[in-house]
Amino acid sequence: MANQQPTSGNPRVDIEYRRKKSAEEMRYQVITFALMIFLTLVSFVAVGYGEFSGWFIVPFILLLAVVQVIFQLYYFMHMSHKGHEAPQIFLYSGAFIGAATVLAFMTVIWW
Amino acid sequence: MSTYAQKKGFGATIWDYMTTVDHKKIAILYLIAGGIFFILGGLEAMFIRIQLAVPDNNFVSAGLYNEILTMHGTTMIFLAAMPLLFAFMNAIMPLQIGARDVAFPFLNSLGFWLFFFGGLFLNLSWFLGGAPDAGWTSYASLSLDSAGHGIDFYALGLQISGAGTLIGGINFLVTIINMRAPGMTYMRMPLFTWSTFVASALILFAFPPLTIGLFFMIFDRMFGSNFFDPAMGGNTVLWEHLFWIFGHPEVYILILPAFGIFSEIFATFSRKRLFGYSSMVFATVLIGFLGFMVWAHHMFTTGMGPIANAIFAVATMAIAVPTGIKIFNWLFTMWGGSIKFTTPMLWAVAFIPSFVAGGVTGVMLATAAADYQYHDSYFVVAHFHYVIVGGVVFALLAGTHFYWPKMFGTMLNEFLGKITFWLFLIGFHLTFFIQHFLGLMGMPRRIFTFLPDQGLETGNLISTVGAVLMAVAVIVLLINIVITSVKNERVGNDPWEDGRTLEWSIPSPPPFYNFKQLPLVRGLDAYWLEKVEGKKGMTPAEPLGDIHMPNNSILPVVMSLGLFIAAFGAMYRTEHAWGLPVLIGGMLITLLAMFARSVKDDHGFHIHKEDLENDDDKGGKA
Repeated sequence: MANQQPTSGNPRVDIEYRRKKSAEEMRYQVITFALMIFLTLVSFVAVGYGEFSGWFIVPFILLLAVVQVIFQLYYFMHMSHKGHEAPQIFLYSGAFIGAATVLAFMTVIWW
Repeated sequence: MSTYAQKKGFGATIWDYMTTVDHKKIAILYLIAGGIFFILGGLEAMFIRIQLAVPDNNFVSAGLYNEILTMHGTTMIFLAAMPLLFAFMNAIMPLQIGARDVAFPFLNSLGFWLFFFGGLFLNLSWFLGGAPDAGWTSYASLSLDSAGHGIDFYALGLQISGAGTLIGGINFLVTIINMRAPGMTYMRMPLFTWSTFVASALILFAFPPLTIGLFFMIFDRMFGSNFFDPAMGGNTVLWEHLFWIFGHPEVYILILPAFGIFSEIFATFSRKRLFGYSSMVFATVLIGFLGFMVWAHHMFTTGMGPIANAIFAVATMAIAVPTGIKIFNWLFTMWGGSIKFTTPMLWAVAFIPSFVAGGVTGVMLATAAADYQYHDSYFVVAHFHYVIVGGVVFALLAGTHFYWPKMFGTMLNEFLGKITFWLFLIGFHLTFFIQHFLGLMGMPRRIFTFLPDQGLETGNLISTVGAVLMAVAVIVLLINIVITSVKNERVGNDPWEDGRTLEWSIPSPPPFYNFKQLPLVRGLDAYWLEKVEGKKGMTPAEPLGDIHMPNNSILPVVMSLGLFIAAFGAMYRTEHAWGLPVLIGGMLITLLAMFARSVKDDHGFHIHKEDLENDDDKGGKA
């Protein structure tokens, strides 16, 4: 994980590199944070505008929600970094199985 | 440091096991508890076969038969097969990856005690007004109308023990991901570890649907909700889906570790590297994945429609492909090997045709149109006993003989082991082969008796005779265990002489810290590699140093006991005034124990380097 503090006492740790990396990281976080606020505003507007039908608004907001979850996971919880392969596999398999279940329930039980 | 104590009294030993967080001792606890439940489930099976031995029998009444049948299935799946597999996973998997314990020793203990108290609660139903009687699947349309508290025992008991299983599964996942020894890459892990990994992932995803289903059931029966009551807007089929979304992965949770045990046995006693290791890994993962896409094949006749039936039929048949890969790999492992027919190897060899027979009937049942004929007949009973007994129980018995020296430091008698094998093999096929034909002749499953002169007498009698043989086989095994334990002839590191994986490189049973120095793994079958190069043991990957160990704790027992008490409160809440206080009191015990665990820092202790140097591989205690 790239943003660990140089606490190891290892003299060869490149603090300059770490600092640059952290600054870059920080920039991404600010950008995604702004984007997330913007997406939230868009979803409020979509409902508040009053002209769109529910058939548009619900899928649209769900889509925005998915994008926000991805931002959250990758930029704030550092899933874009190395060493997160196992959590990723389990997250995606869990999401896939959950989605398959919901799909089956919607089509087989409550139709 | 209780683990260093010398001779201990009986009470001290009990206390040691109640508080232990050592994966090897927890494995023994799982083995004992699972073994007791296995015998209990076996007794229930005997009662079933006695009742069905002759037509119009009245050995048990219809109602009692339903209870026995339900408890046979529930006990065997939840309280015998899974805990026994957990016993081997606990005992062997950390050793195979070169770890000193599982990732969360405290949770490991908690998982066991939750399972134990859940199982105890379920079985107390026999003495408290009758056992559950709606089948192990407990379909809601039946179970909501079941009088008495039987189904309450089922739902609450399984909820508690299910939480334990979930904890165990997560623990194994974390252990395998994080605690592999230096050099132990994923593709160098022994196949039993791989199958433990995939089975644990299945537990992680399959148990939550069961938890939800059981909570719905608990709320419907005890707290006035209507999730499954169509008259009140609920949906009775919902339970079936939730149950089978859990239930189908559950059978893979059982069979994958069984495959793992057999893979180890085949390689060891063919004295050859496992054929097609990477395809075995691939097949294991694929079976685990497909296992979630096929649950509705248990429900072809509920009226899901032809499209859903077709999708689930094809998905089910697809599972035959990775399973076939495995079967061929085992055959090719033996091909050209220098085979030693020890007791575990006999089980492994007999497993192939037995399991394939069950697999073939599985594909027959997967054919949705044909399933309308087979559904709920003895053909289904024969099918799932062929895969579960011919696969899982064979693996458990093989594993018992194979890993006994590693767990207890003594060898089970080979002669008695072979008697057990032959009696059980013959008994098994006598019991279940004929049931295919009973089913095709129209005998429905779960009936408590049948009429004479319908051509069902001979088949049922043969089936009962076979069951008796299996019972005798298990008794021989128990005698074998007693004799071996009394003789107590200690064995060395590698009693089978052909051990391939890390667990055979350390004493039997291993010292409580497992590895004095973590081993360096240089390839698949790490210990075999070293032996081939003429070395006596593993190359250490670290200098000798202090080892950090966890402290024992009684809190897991207290937490589980709290839930056990709370379950009684939930069940009797509406009938007795003391119900609600007991429910709240039990929950409080659990919560206080959790609070105590959270606020009290427990840093464990260190075994110092000097103590390790003096401890010249005498081997720990079992």
